Amino acid sequence: MILFWLIAVPLLGGGVAWWVERVFGKGSRAVALTALVVEALLVLSLRPDASMQDAWMAQLAWNWIPRFGIGFHLGLDGLSFLLISLTVLLGFMAVGCSWTEIDEQRGLFHFNLLWTLAGVIGVFLALDLFLFFFFWEVMLIPMYFLISLWGHENRAYAAMKFFIFTQVGGLLMLIAILALVFLHRQSSGVLSFDYLQLLGNQLNPEAARWIMLGFFIAFVVKLPSVPFHTWLPDAHTQAPTGGSVLLAGVLLKTGAYGLVRFVLPLFPQAAREFAPVAMALGAISILYAAKLAFAQSDFKRLIAYTSVSHMGFVLVGVFALNTWALQGAVMTMLAHGISAAALFMLAGALQQRLHTRELGAMGGFWTQAPRMGAIGLLFSVAALGMPGLGNFVGEFLVLLGGFRTSVPMTVLAAFGLTLAPIYALQVVQRVFHGPPVENVPADFGLRELGLMLVLVAATLWMGLYPQALLRLSGATISDFTQTLAAQGSPP
Amino acid sequence: MTIAALFALLPLIVIAGASVLVMLAIALRRDARLAFWLTLIGMILALAVLPLSLRLAPMQVTDLLLVDAYAVFFIGLIVSAAALVALLCQGYFRQQQREEIYVLLLTATLGGMLLVSSNHFALFFLGLEILSVSLFPMIAFRVGNKASLEAGIKYLMLSGVSSALLLFGMALIYAASGVLSFPRLAQVAVGIAGDPLAQVGVILMLAGLGFKLSLVPFHLWTADVYQGAPAPVTAFIATVSKTAVFALLVRFWITGGAYRGEVLADILGCIGAVSVLAGNVLALLQTNLKRMLAYSSIAHMGYVLIAFVAGSTLQTELLAESVGFYLLAYLLTNLGALGVISVLSGDEQEYENLDAYEGLFWREPWLAVILTVNLLSLAGIPLTIGFIGKFYVFAASIHASLWPLVACVVVGSGIGLYYYLHVVVVMLGRVLSTPKALPAQSLTKPALALLALLLVGAGVFPGALIQVLQVVAKALA
Repeated sequence: MILFWLIAVPLLGGGVAWWVERVFGKGSRAVALTALVVEALLVLSLRPDASMQDAWMAQLAWNWIPRFGIGFHLGLDGLSFLLISLTVLLGFMAVGCSWTEIDEQRGLFHFNLLWTLAGVIGVFLALDLFLFFFFWEVMLIPMYFLISLWGHENRAYAAMKFFIFTQVGGLLMLIAILALVFLHRQSSGVLSFDYLQLLGNQLNPEAARWIMLGFFIAFVVKLPSVPFHTWLPDAHTQAPTGGSVLLAGVLLKTGAYGLVRFVLPLFPQAAREFAPVAMALGAISILYAAKLAFAQSDFKRLIAYTSVSHMGFVLVGVFALNTWALQGAVMTMLAHGISAAALFMLAGALQQRLHTRELGAMGGFWTQAPRMGAIGLLFSVAALGMPGLGNFVGEFLVLLGGFRTSVPMTVLAAFGLTLAPIYALQVVQRVFHGPPVENVPADFGLRELGLMLVLVAATLWMGLYPQALLRLSGATISDFTQTLAAQGSPP
Repeated sequence: MTIAALFALLPLIVIAGASVLVMLAIALRRDARLAFWLTLIGMILALAVLPLSLRLAPMQVTDLLLVDAYAVFFIGLIVSAAALVALLCQGYFRQQQREEIYVLLLTATLGGMLLVSSNHFALFFLGLEILSVSLFPMIAFRVGNKASLEAGIKYLMLSGVSSALLLFGMALIYAASGVLSFPRLAQVAVGIAGDPLAQVGVILMLAGLGFKLSLVPFHLWTADVYQGAPAPVTAFIATVSKTAVFALLVRFWITGGAYRGEVLADILGCIGAVSVLAGNVLALLQTNLKRMLAYSSIAHMGYVLIAFVAGSTLQTELLAESVGFYLLAYLLTNLGALGVISVLSGDEQEYENLDAYEGLFWREPWLAVILTVNLLSLAGIPLTIGFIGKFYVFAASIHASLWPLVACVVVGSGIGLYYYLHVVVVMLGRVLSTPKALPAQSLTKPALALLALLLVGAGVFPGALIQVLQVVAKALA
């Protein structure tokens, strides 16, 4: 039941927030915070036990549409637990950083925010492919409204682009799901959308290859990886800060999660065959997006490209197909969630004060805004992969694991670690150093500082003691690698 | 004809009786309110006696009519939709309260009911003509309006041509087979499959039906008629008329044994694919909401046709189930969307340009939410019934491995998203123009809200509806 409430609480909270704001003209922020606190308590009450043998910590299965063998089947393992925790944490950040930024239609804003969270949490929990697709769409629509209603100057275009990219990807996934289900019925006689039942499918390699491609494209569009990344810079740049935080922090992770949860275990053989292509795409993403990031003059656009670059590491890690690299991919997902959220919050804070995102209009802020400077520097070096901070652990593990699978791709990917300092330090240089410009922003207030310190603590924890997190995802990851080893090896 | 047969026909008799009664009432006293209430009561009565027909089903009444679960389901759908249209009419015609619209509405509904229960070419044609002839004056009902008159004439001409094609097709099939009843046609279907007379006949019939369903390349009338007709009438054409014709096509296809023709399925598949693509692309270019919905309905008819083709290569039960569900979703959704337009409009001024919807969310939040739900359902977004409908289309066409058609549906849906969401974004825009005062429409808004709730409810819990449709589909197989 807790799993059901994990999804229901933000849904209800969203409705109440909207209603409260409509009736009383205020109070939606408090309602949203309350819903998130309840959600956090629910997550904590699950109290993960890393010593468990079964990877599933909790499951819930209800009938839904028996005609098609569709069930309301939720399940929580270490991997989903980590990602849901990240989602809730960033939910707080999104509400916190929009505290003063959003002053129009606040109720509707929090409604959309919480419904996005509910959709994302549903995606991380769903163990029925139809249900997964369902949540995949549910998180999309409120996000669309977040961008198109509270976004910046070019929001309609950006929101539409975001929606159409992900939706068409989603339709491809729906087709792949249906093809998988019908082929499974042909071989087993059972019509079922259930993940656990479909796991042992006996597809012929040709069909598996095509179906895997459908899933792969949907997830890679979301991730995103070159060549499907073009929606992301626009969406990020135009979204309100809270939207960017969720988009970079959590929504991109649903793509990576899909790759780990569905593509590898459902199609081990096809995934192994496809791995070189996927790793190459990942490596290209890392380098190409890093180069593009360097060339941006818009602060949020720059961070958006660094996200593409970091997600390239995730793609390389996932398709290196061994425990180390997969663990690294998961760590990168979490660490990037924190660091990208922090950088977007910084960019949002600057934009709220300066009404511009142009790096050219910034410079020499350190003297006037030392807190901003210190935190900006910290997350910039986190993004470039400084040891001791979260991103380093993830990227290191990815490269370590990747090296055992494909040396050339890993070498290529490793160049990303030399390009990252260039763009990351350049941000610090252009914003905080140099001669001060006329218009210098006020420093972080207490609220913003508090939020940032939470993220600082999180990234430090990940960097210094990642074992706690690795242990949590360990059971799931080793299950996957066992499947891969058993079925994925060439006959 | 037995007494039981009369009971099975009771819904049809009630509607026919109601139309006569309303006509007499008008002759005695011109009172729009009275005519409206008589109409509504007649329709509710017809719905109330439906369970009786269902209990007697399947009942063959003479050679012409077959009252089975399939017919009862679609009769229920048609009469409910017509009742909502009556409500819309009552709110819409403010300047010239003229009662005749209700008589026409009742006869058109009767035509639709005959269509879905016909089992014979003669009744097929009769039903279609009753429906079409009633529609001509309904479309041109705003006599002072040029566009409305033009639309009426346009529909008259094209409908006449398509009826002629249909009739000629029927005649050719009769010449080849010597039978007019669907079940008997099925018995000789194999024998005449190679007969060029029958082949030409079927193709002519499909062309005739294509006009009624506004499939590409027979779609040219659609946008003008949608735009010119009064909004409630547009809602009626978009929903009742198309659903009835499609329901008949399915029955003819299955009972008449036409589904065995593979070439025919290929032709229909092509028509479906072209309709999806052309409908969506043309809808993209519109700035008038009624025209946009017209083109989108072309695309939706294409989706149903694809499900239809896919179903006929699989098994007939899945065909009727998936097509039936999609038609249900299509009917409810279009009724809601055009209903909102109708509530906002009046016969003096139609609310049809997209600009007029700017900022609707802040002026008329409830109507805007209802319209949004309907648009999302048209776009096939989860949580709405439209998604389950589209799911059926995907499931059927993937099951049948019709990959080119699947690709068309994906592309069409992608384009569709853009223009449906565009309307939502326009409604969310903030233009603080002076809101036009809306006259109170006490019954319509709750009815539309109920419809929107139904859309969402059936989208989240489609299980019960699917069971109903399985029963309906079994009746046909």
